[in-house]
Amino acid sequence: MGEVKLIATTQSLFCTRVEWALKLKGVEYEYIEEDLRNKSPLLLEYNPVHKKVPVLVHHGKPIAESLPILEYIDETWKENPLLAEDPYQRTKARFWAQFVGDKCVFGAFEAACLAEGEEKMKAIESAQESLAFLEKQIEGKKYFGGEEIGFLDLAAGWIPHWLNVMEEAGGMKLLDAEKFPSLHEWAQNFIQIPLIRECIPPRDKLLEYFNASISYMRSLATS
Amino acid sequence: MADEVVLLDFWPSMFGMRVRVALAEKGIKYESKEDDLWNKSDLLLKMNPVHKKIPVLIHNGKPVCESLIIVQYIDEVWNDKSPLLPSDPYHRAHAKFWADFVDQKVYGPARKLWAINGEEQEAAKKDFLEIYKTLERELGDKPYFGGEKFGLVDIALITFYSWFYVYETFGKFNMETECPKIIAWAKRCMQKESVAKSLPDQKKIYESVLDLRKIRGLE
Repeated sequence: MGEVKLIATTQSLFCTRVEWALKLKGVEYEYIEEDLRNKSPLLLEYNPVHKKVPVLVHHGKPIAESLPILEYIDETWKENPLLAEDPYQRTKARFWAQFVGDKCVFGAFEAACLAEGEEKMKAIESAQESLAFLEKQIEGKKYFGGEEIGFLDLAAGWIPHWLNVMEEAGGMKLLDAEKFPSLHEWAQNFIQIPLIRECIPPRDKLLEYFNASISYMRSLATS
Repeated sequence: MADEVVLLDFWPSMFGMRVRVALAEKGIKYESKEDDLWNKSDLLLKMNPVHKKIPVLIHNGKPVCESLIIVQYIDEVWNDKSPLLPSDPYHRAHAKFWADFVDQKVYGPARKLWAINGEEQEAAKKDFLEIYKTLERELGDKPYFGGEKFGLVDIALITFYSWFYVYETFGKFNMETECPKIIAWAKRCMQKESVAKSLPDQKKIYESVLDLRKIRGLE
């Protein structure tokens, strides 16, 4: 089916969701680790607009932005479909993937970066409001995709691992098991899946990464 | 059973305009309901509880939110004519990337051109023009962003054209001078009936912005 390369970084939740999709479809690929502090000519050539990871390269042609990449993968390799056939179901998945995959990530990170105080409490409340919407979506289902994981599970897949580490580094609790029992259960189920588990970065390295990012952001706020 | 299509909209919204264009491209009959953004309707809050924003397409009672997601939905449901996305996966991904770029990058600086005064406005002008020049490079010599056919990226971007008189007046620049290919492309798009009938007149938008600026104490 042609050579597939993935330009990525280990810590990035946006990159891991692409790896999950490739593995789910049984696609062989070459993983190219990028150093974002010293961007390679390859990255600058393949993603000149944003200069970010992930970038998928297939037949020498680059695709950037994780959600378009997931859709590309789904359209190119037909095993284990990520999106439903029905347009309304596909659209719902896209809407929620955009919400949880973008807005919620930055909301959580923002809450983590704030030092203790009223602003932090407000950010936590706002992030939890977002989780409440997700709770409603998963209620009564094993996965967002139904019996099998799908597009939205991959987009939300940062929650069981990355959110957990962000909570520790940021001194906060967002995914409260009592407030969000269905979402909490989904998170436990999702992270147990072997192909999901084998792609996530080691917890200690991720914690180091978030500790450093959060310290840096907090120092900017006080300078 | 006939399709029931309702669009919750707000006439100067460039996001609402995108959906109008898509519906017109496909020749879909729909009911338009104007929402008052300072006094949001119960229907809007019910149909879009997450973002509480227009546009919302309600198809046979089921809501679809976020303008570019709505455009893709329209393309997939009414797939018998005027495809808005290319058929091959690579070009589809490319179109989604650029539509996403427009969504992420244009609105912020564009808004600052008229909604504030001072230093930040100058910085916004610089950003705005840089972004449009990037888009101009991507367009190149193609008639549309999608190549020969008008599509998703064109729809995502053309609606900002109705606001150009506002941006040029408050930003004190001329788009024809700064980005001639963009203007040529915009005029080409405006020759399409679906676009011309979906975008309000630039002067009408300008007048509504003048009112808004007065309310915000900027005039």
